[in-house]
Amino acid sequence: MIRTRLVAQRLAFLFLLGCLFFNYPLLSVFNQGGSLFGMPPLYAWLMASWLVLIALLALVVERKHD
Amino acid sequence: MLQGWVIVLASFLYLGVLFGIAWYADHRADHGRSLIANPVVYALSLGVYCTTWTFYGSVGRAAANGIGFLPIYLGPTLLFALAGFILYRMIRVAKSNRITSIADLVASRYGKSQLLGGLVTVIAVVGVIPYIALQLKAVSNSFTILSSYPDIVMPASAGAVPLFQDSALYVAMILAAFTILFGTRHLDATERHEGMVAAIAVESIVKLVAFLAVGAFVVWGLHGGVADIFARAAEVPEVARRLTRADTSAAYGSWGTLIFLSLFAALLLPRQFQIAVVENVDVKHLNRAVWMFPLYLFLINLFVLPVALAGLLHFPAGTVDADTFVLTLPMAHQQEGLALFVFIGGLSAATGMVIVETIALSTMVCNDLVMPLLLRLRWLGLAEKADLSGLLLEIRRWAIAVILGLGYLYFRVAGEAYALVSIGLISFAAVAQFAPVVIGGLFWKGGTRDGAVAGLVAGFVLWAYTLLLPSFAKSGWLPEGFIAHGLFGIELLRPQQLLGLTGLDEITHCLVWSLLANLGAYVGVSLLRVPNAREARQASLFVGGTDLAGHTAWGGSAGVADLLPLAARFLGRERAEEGFLRHARSRSLKSVDELPGDARLANFAETLLAGAIGSASARAMVASVVSEEPLGLDEVMNILDEASQVRAYSRELEQKSQELTRATAELRQANERLRELDRMKDDFISTVTHELRTPLTSIRAFSEMLHEDPKIDLAQRTRFLAIIVSETVRLSRLINQILDLAKLESGRAEWTVAAVDVGEVIREAADSLTALFAEKRVALDMDDLHPGLTVMADRDRLMQVMVNLLSNALKFVPADSGRVRVGAEGTASEVRVRVWDNGPGIHAADHEVIFDKFRQGSGGTDVLTDKPQGTGLGLPISRQIIEYFHGRLWVESTSGAGACFVFTLPRQAGDNNKLATAERESQRGGPAAGAALSDSGGKHNGVRGGSQ
Amino acid sequence: MSHRILVVDDEPNIVISLEFLLKKEGYVVAVAGDGEAALQQAGQFLPDLVLLDVMMPKKSGFEVCETLRANPALAGVKIVMLTARGRETEVTKGLALGADAYITKPFSTKELVARIKALLG
Repeated sequence: MIRTRLVAQRLAFLFLLGCLFFNYPLLSVFNQGGSLFGMPPLYAWLMASWLVLIALLALVVERKHD
Repeated sequence: MLQGWVIVLASFLYLGVLFGIAWYADHRADHGRSLIANPVVYALSLGVYCTTWTFYGSVGRAAANGIGFLPIYLGPTLLFALAGFILYRMIRVAKSNRITSIADLVASRYGKSQLLGGLVTVIAVVGVIPYIALQLKAVSNSFTILSSYPDIVMPASAGAVPLFQDSALYVAMILAAFTILFGTRHLDATERHEGMVAAIAVESIVKLVAFLAVGAFVVWGLHGGVADIFARAAEVPEVARRLTRADTSAAYGSWGTLIFLSLFAALLLPRQFQIAVVENVDVKHLNRAVWMFPLYLFLINLFVLPVALAGLLHFPAGTVDADTFVLTLPMAHQQEGLALFVFIGGLSAATGMVIVETIALSTMVCNDLVMPLLLRLRWLGLAEKADLSGLLLEIRRWAIAVILGLGYLYFRVAGEAYALVSIGLISFAAVAQFAPVVIGGLFWKGGTRDGAVAGLVAGFVLWAYTLLLPSFAKSGWLPEGFIAHGLFGIELLRPQQLLGLTGLDEITHCLVWSLLANLGAYVGVSLLRVPNAREARQASLFVGGTDLAGHTAWGGSAGVADLLPLAARFLGRERAEEGFLRHARSRSLKSVDELPGDARLANFAETLLAGAIGSASARAMVASVVSEEPLGLDEVMNILDEASQVRAYSRELEQKSQELTRATAELRQANERLRELDRMKDDFISTVTHELRTPLTSIRAFSEMLHEDPKIDLAQRTRFLAIIVSETVRLSRLINQILDLAKLESGRAEWTVAAVDVGEVIREAADSLTALFAEKRVALDMDDLHPGLTVMADRDRLMQVMVNLLSNALKFVPADSGRVRVGAEGTASEVRVRVWDNGPGIHAADHEVIFDKFRQGSGGTDVLTDKPQGTGLGLPISRQIIEYFHGRLWVESTSGAGACFVFTLPRQAGDNNKLATAERESQRGGPAAGAALSDSGGKHNGVRGGSQ
Repeated sequence: MSHRILVVDDEPNIVISLEFLLKKEGYVVAVAGDGEAALQQAGQFLPDLVLLDVMMPKKSGFEVCETLRANPALAGVKIVMLTARGRETEVTKGLALGADAYITKPFSTKELVARIKALLG
């Protein structure tokens, strides 16, 4: 339940984590040529971190027991 | 062969299916079996965020600058991470305040201001029109391209096409008709459209599947997977530069700005607010959307970059508009079916956006702009009309048509100058202007209406100046010099380098200035004054809590330190603490001490107290500790109304407590009287005991002596026996008089009421005592007794009184010189009898005492002084008798000057109820009662005769 | 030497009976009808024992008892209280004031004589 304070706070933490993932300076680390899993590092990083973030969001809100 | 008619037919078939779904969902909703009361449907319907911008535009954006399309989707992802703080609260506030649009929200938050509602509506309409134009452009372009199949021909510039050959015009008209059908079939007070939401959810699936199909076709059909595309792209320098971003602070700043911008857009765009907040069935559905909506965004973006790169690799540079790669790549590879499916997907994205956006806008235009104006025009007499629903629907239909018309106009005027995404960003920047007043309104109580107006106007003006007007200028509708040299040729006023700010892209530049001005004006103007009563009350509804609906909100606040002791006063410490702890837990707090002193706590305390002392008192009690902020007239009237109830209640309470005090005093008095009676009873019994034992003592002593000593001489023996006899007589008399008195006092005496001649009774009594008077040589004088001194009384009882008074007088006068005189007189109402004597008289202090039982006049106050004669019961008995007939018996005397006993009897004793009742009772008494009474009757007579 | 007894009661018949009874037992008897007369008599008669009714006019038996006990000339006198009121409080009060015995009316003449004999024994 979002209404419980702890869940809301965990989500807010993920918000901050997302802000970190999706912005400078972390972005500049991957902003270079080359290849990561056959993809440009920046693209790979953004898609992967995005997916991880979504998974964490699901984990936080769908967890039945707290 | 994709003929034009095939495309048109497919399109109408698709729209028909959508309409069918909507109709079915509405039908279900009408029968209480909502199709959309489902978290997955809610999450899917949120996909309305993805329009043709996403469907066609993202690829175009990616083809232009690589990964730059992505922030638009990362922003909403982050927004949903903040759902617990922003969306959740917004939904609760909207539901509890019946808010139906973003304009409604802003207007309501700042004191239900019509001005604000109208302002937000205008900004929303103006801001969103480019976005609608974008949809029209995308659909009409894709139609044009697809209908040229198998050739790939870029559509001509819209401005160059004659109006009636412009497919965008027909798209606009069809969409307008479709939207009107969808959204304005009937009126819903909550502005909810179940059918529409169901259709939007289906459209979300359609466009996602279509896009994924193209992606899969491009990645695996045309290439050997994602890695293959990237590897090829890396080989072409012209394409490879899309794989990284410019590593400059401006690029990162722009990136961050877009994330930030899209975060607000996903919240504040009229269609997003409509779907996420207004159409939300259950706030719990938000849980699923928190991850499912971001996942949707992730999936729809999965193939954007690969498709864009594939398009760049496939088509020679500049020949094909990158915004159309999604459609043109399948066409180029003769995938007719896929191309048609893509077109339908794009149509899906466009219709979804247009339907929801225009419905939301039309609601705002109708409710917050047109109706307030119409209602002000008194000559229309609308305020008096009972049913305005028809008019409302009509206004909305026209609003939809006009909005789409404006969208088409913008498309004709400015559409060609920009890529799809750039057009959309203009709208994003416009709705971002709502962010300060909305977010601030949810978290800051200090915002005022004036601040909100100032912020919105400042932000909107700067947005229009730095983003909207340049878009006209670039299309040639305004002079080019406007952009290059600024307004009136002033360099500092160049719209996209305002005050010389350079190095930013136009969106970031616009946001920096407009939001700076917006936020500054909002906060600055708000701080010029304290919020007035309306604003403060709404602020507490929005900021203070989320479930205050139905309560009269508290304008002020009080902490636990104040409210807990208050509750404890009425509920007891334990129960109060228990209740507060429960409340704290319900707010996810660990202890009572963590509870904030907000309006919600005050409401809770009020509710808790109301259970114990009633709602009016509870409010008054809580009011006594809550520091209320100043209120407006409405609130004052309300509270006065309540206060008068409270006053009435407290008056009642006061009255009750006075009554209680009185009753307590009465009880105490009664209790004292009872104790007094108890003491008197004890004294009486003790006295009676003494009076009985005294003659018994003599009798026993003499009897024993006579019994044990037979040799006592005769003279002694005779004397002793005489004493025994006289003491026995005394004992019997005493017992009879006690019984008589008990009977009189308990009201069980037998009365025979008849007309009695008082003179006759006096003469008879005097006659019976002649011998005694003679013995003591006391003269008994009798006044002339007038005949006819009759009263209603019991003759025998009256005789008893008379004998008693005469023998009493005889008892106290000295022998030989004693004199007793009797007189009687009558008035119209009563008969008065006097008995004088020349005895020692009675102290004034004893005038009443002598009528007490066992007290005889002597001068002292001690009990049973001067006792030789009488039992001490004659006078109390006489008074009982006289009072029974509503007469009075008293004594007039001064010590040493004789005494005069007086009694009066009313002539008509029949008018008193007591007598009548006694008579009835004696008649009804029956044989048993009569026998019991007559049994003691003989003794009475005996006593009376001997009653000295 | 025969003992001297003062009988004090306001009931003449009781006085008569007690006087007759005690004289017959061989005591020298004096009588008084109220408390004041009793104190006067006691001073002159100097009894060995006083039979004292409690409830009397002018001066109650308790008062008489108190005064007698305060008189050193009558230090050895025995006092027997007579009362028609059988309350415990009165018995206690009488004994506290220095009475030697307490007899309730009506009494058995035999018992009374026995108590007197025991006290004077």
